[in-house]
Amino acid sequence: MANVDQLGAAVAANTVIGPRGPKPRKRFSRNNIFLYGTLIVVGMYYLLPLYVMIITSLKGMPEIRLGNVFGPPLEVTFEPWVKAWAEACTGLDCTGLSKGFWNSVQILIPSVVLSIAVASVNGYALSLWKFKGSEVFFTILIIGAFIPYQTMLYPIVIMLREIGLMGDLWGLVLVHTVFGMPILTLLFRNYFASVPEELFKAARVDGARFWQIYFQIMLPMSLPIFVVAIILQVTGIWNDFLFGVIYTKPETYPMTVQLNNIVNSVQGVKEYNVNMAATLLTGLVPLVIYFASGKLFVRGIAAGAVKG
Amino acid sequence: MSVVDDPATASVASGAKRPSRLFKNLSAKIASIPMILTALCVFVGGTTWTVVYSFTNSRMLPRENFVGLDQYERLWGTDRWIISIKNLAVYGVCSMILTLLIGFTLAACLDRKIRFESAFRTIFLYPFALSFVVTGLAWQWILNPDFGIQNVVRSWGWESFAFDPLNNPDIVMFGLLIAGIWQGSGLIMCIMLAGLRGIDDDIWKAAKVDGIGTIKTYIVVIIPMMRPVFITSLVLIASGIIKLYDLVVAQTGGGPGLSSEVPAKYVIEYMFRAQNLGQGFAASTMMLCSVVVILIPWAYLEFGGKKRG
Amino acid sequence: MSHSVEIKKLDLEFGPVKVLQNLDLNINEGEFLVLLGSSGCGKSTLLNCIAGLLEVTDGQIFIKGNNVTWAEPSERGIGMVFQSYALYPQMTVRGNLSFGLKNAKVPKAEIDKRVARAAEILQIEPLLDRKPGALSGGQRQRVAIGRALVRDVDVFLFDEPLSNLDAKLRVDLRVELKRLHNQLQNTMIYVTHDQVEAMTLADRIAIMKGGKIMQLSSPDEIYNKPRNLYVADFIGSPSMNFLEGHLEGGTFKVDDMVMPMDGYEFVEAQPSDRPVVIGIRPEHVVTGELVKNLPLQYQVDIDLVEPMGSDTLVYAKLGKHPFRIRMDGQAVVKAGQTLEIGIDTSRASLFDKATEDRL
Repeated sequence: MANVDQLGAAVAANTVIGPRGPKPRKRFSRNNIFLYGTLIVVGMYYLLPLYVMIITSLKGMPEIRLGNVFGPPLEVTFEPWVKAWAEACTGLDCTGLSKGFWNSVQILIPSVVLSIAVASVNGYALSLWKFKGSEVFFTILIIGAFIPYQTMLYPIVIMLREIGLMGDLWGLVLVHTVFGMPILTLLFRNYFASVPEELFKAARVDGARFWQIYFQIMLPMSLPIFVVAIILQVTGIWNDFLFGVIYTKPETYPMTVQLNNIVNSVQGVKEYNVNMAATLLTGLVPLVIYFASGKLFVRGIAAGAVKG
Repeated sequence: MSVVDDPATASVASGAKRPSRLFKNLSAKIASIPMILTALCVFVGGTTWTVVYSFTNSRMLPRENFVGLDQYERLWGTDRWIISIKNLAVYGVCSMILTLLIGFTLAACLDRKIRFESAFRTIFLYPFALSFVVTGLAWQWILNPDFGIQNVVRSWGWESFAFDPLNNPDIVMFGLLIAGIWQGSGLIMCIMLAGLRGIDDDIWKAAKVDGIGTIKTYIVVIIPMMRPVFITSLVLIASGIIKLYDLVVAQTGGGPGLSSEVPAKYVIEYMFRAQNLGQGFAASTMMLCSVVVILIPWAYLEFGGKKRG
Repeated sequence: MSHSVEIKKLDLEFGPVKVLQNLDLNINEGEFLVLLGSSGCGKSTLLNCIAGLLEVTDGQIFIKGNNVTWAEPSERGIGMVFQSYALYPQMTVRGNLSFGLKNAKVPKAEIDKRVARAAEILQIEPLLDRKPGALSGGQRQRVAIGRALVRDVDVFLFDEPLSNLDAKLRVDLRVELKRLHNQLQNTMIYVTHDQVEAMTLADRIAIMKGGKIMQLSSPDEIYNKPRNLYVADFIGSPSMNFLEGHLEGGTFKVDDMVMPMDGYEFVEAQPSDRPVVIGIRPEHVVTGELVKNLPLQYQVDIDLVEPMGSDTLVYAKLGKHPFRIRMDGQAVVKAGQTLEIGIDTSRASLFDKATEDRL
């Protein structure tokens, strides 16, 4: 803050009377060209993979063998997409990605609902109904977010086996709820802590208790934060690979795991166009969420990044 | 606490007596049960369990046959683990520097009141929405020597051009790096941009009045002011690096040979494929140690000087 | 028991910090009591304890003779109005007013009746179906008062209810509050840091400092007979002039000046000689023709003059002590001049220098 003060003093000392110095620059000065140039070049690096994936997925194999990976398709075909969805093989099973897609949907919906329900109530309790020890558990939870998953993987296998959910979709739902809890609880706790305390006091004077205040006062005023949490969880859970590969069996593999198995399977001829179509299909859900949610996605990840 | 025996006060019995500590705020306690279970059973319990069993010779199933530091000796005597650590170090250092550099530069560019800001931001951030598996597979295709960049550049006439990181053990980690930075730098840009936006406009005016150039202002004034943002970014990048797994599995599978193995992959393969649980536990305990090594300085920087309520 | 609210030996600690210490306070039926103090004095904390929003460490709170020390806020028979209004943003005004009654499972017909009555009293009938976001600050605060009103409670608690309003609205609502109190005759406990609000609204004022009540009296007594140096300094704007000197045989002496304390009502019959502080309100300094009526006159040198329209504030030096004088708005005085003043010591206040208590 010392900088601010010094600069403030400098401003006071150098107060300019009337305009002075060079005129404001035009829009396309040398600096600006450099600026936009950088942005456009870097932008191309970011866009390249998406572009290549799309055009590859629309080409036939003969055209791909000609070798111009950046050239637009001479003849557009949707064959690879159909094949990726319905016919691509993992080992001997040739039912395409569709099974993985539906598995992912079945994992995603209960995971998102459960993790957000648990974490929002939790964050609410932690911000407005603190009790002795609540901060201790919360601190453990936040530290837990930094522990590598690897140290907890096997104990969870044992726990899931004990309750009979190992390999079951619901086991994976539980895992997602547990590992989503730190960041979501932090998100909700910070949000509810920013709600004016007097509102909470007024509700208590009005005779509302824990659940009434949650459902009737807090929930209706926190829709934006729920949307942020949903975005965070949908993309996070959909993109998960590690938990999917460990806690499910081949019949219940989520889409990411199945995609990896299809593309990286060693059998048969590599069909790059089908692979890229499959990759795009897997990325489609989070991409749609991303482009549809715009600013909220940014808010979601920024919220995820801010430490409480 | 003395209870008043005034008959007039007896009518509101609940008000005169201090409620029991346990039942006070009961709903909040019930609502926190999932958190308490997660914190104690999974985070504390699970981690402790793994650390304890890393001192056993468990193979297919966990057994309480303690063998001291045997697993650790074996771990540090295994080439694959040493390679994994070296790979992660190379990837980690490069990724940290490049991500911060790119993230900050892009954020600074976007903060110059440019046109199409939100379009650029959307482009820089979209890879972050994609999974590492998708990222890995997309870059695997672009870096494919027969059809990808190498081939395209050669077809332009530069016949001797060679850029085949995924099949060259010496530079395979840089192949992963290109993909990793592509996926993750948007996030850092976003955080940096938020940090830049948080800086008072008057600072810029003051610098202008003092005649300090734009780039110098960034280096001398702005970056020191954004220290907390940089620290947050560093922690995020670092915790992401240690978890590096999906990307490797999808893009290189650890190959060629063992040249792109990473610790997280080592752990999972020993635990779930090689059926050598003790090795897996020991390796994951080492990962835990590395996190502690990163987190303690951070916690010191963040909370050491000032005690926050 | 004719006390509406009784507070006995109340203690509140936040960790090692004692926010309230052994505090006793009795509030009469139908009384308008103002808790006044600077920020951090514990006034809002005390109000929150009475409301049941903070858990006390020790002591008891009685409302209408019932021990409510550990009762839920809604079971205490209180209504509360907050500084930030604290209206539920997603509910209409009607929803805000009826929320508490619904929680208490009051029959629908009764709710409607009470809401209608409150709306009529506060003249917010046309706003009933609007959301708080569409209301002005004054309207919001009226709804917040209505929320306390519908609950048909014995005690109203106000936590700086006018602080978020602009100056003009604040005066209007202040008058309205006083009218409301006259009409309802409820017990009202009102927290503020604004002494004008306190003086105008209160039947009694409790001035608080460091978790203790420094003085609990009528506004008149607080102003004219502050019990100690803190209260004397806190009340009044511009604040009192203080001169440090000695009391010798019933006469105040400082430097070579003498002020006989004839007509001053001492707390003790015959105070012994000791170091004292005299407090003289700027508005109690006599100037102009009236000076001749007093036995002793003093010369002051004028440093600075602040004309304020209704009156003129003069910063002067009495001997070598800074001295403020409040004069008529029409007074013609200039910096650098000498002014002859008189001091009516019967209206002054004397404090023991060591204990700071009134003599």
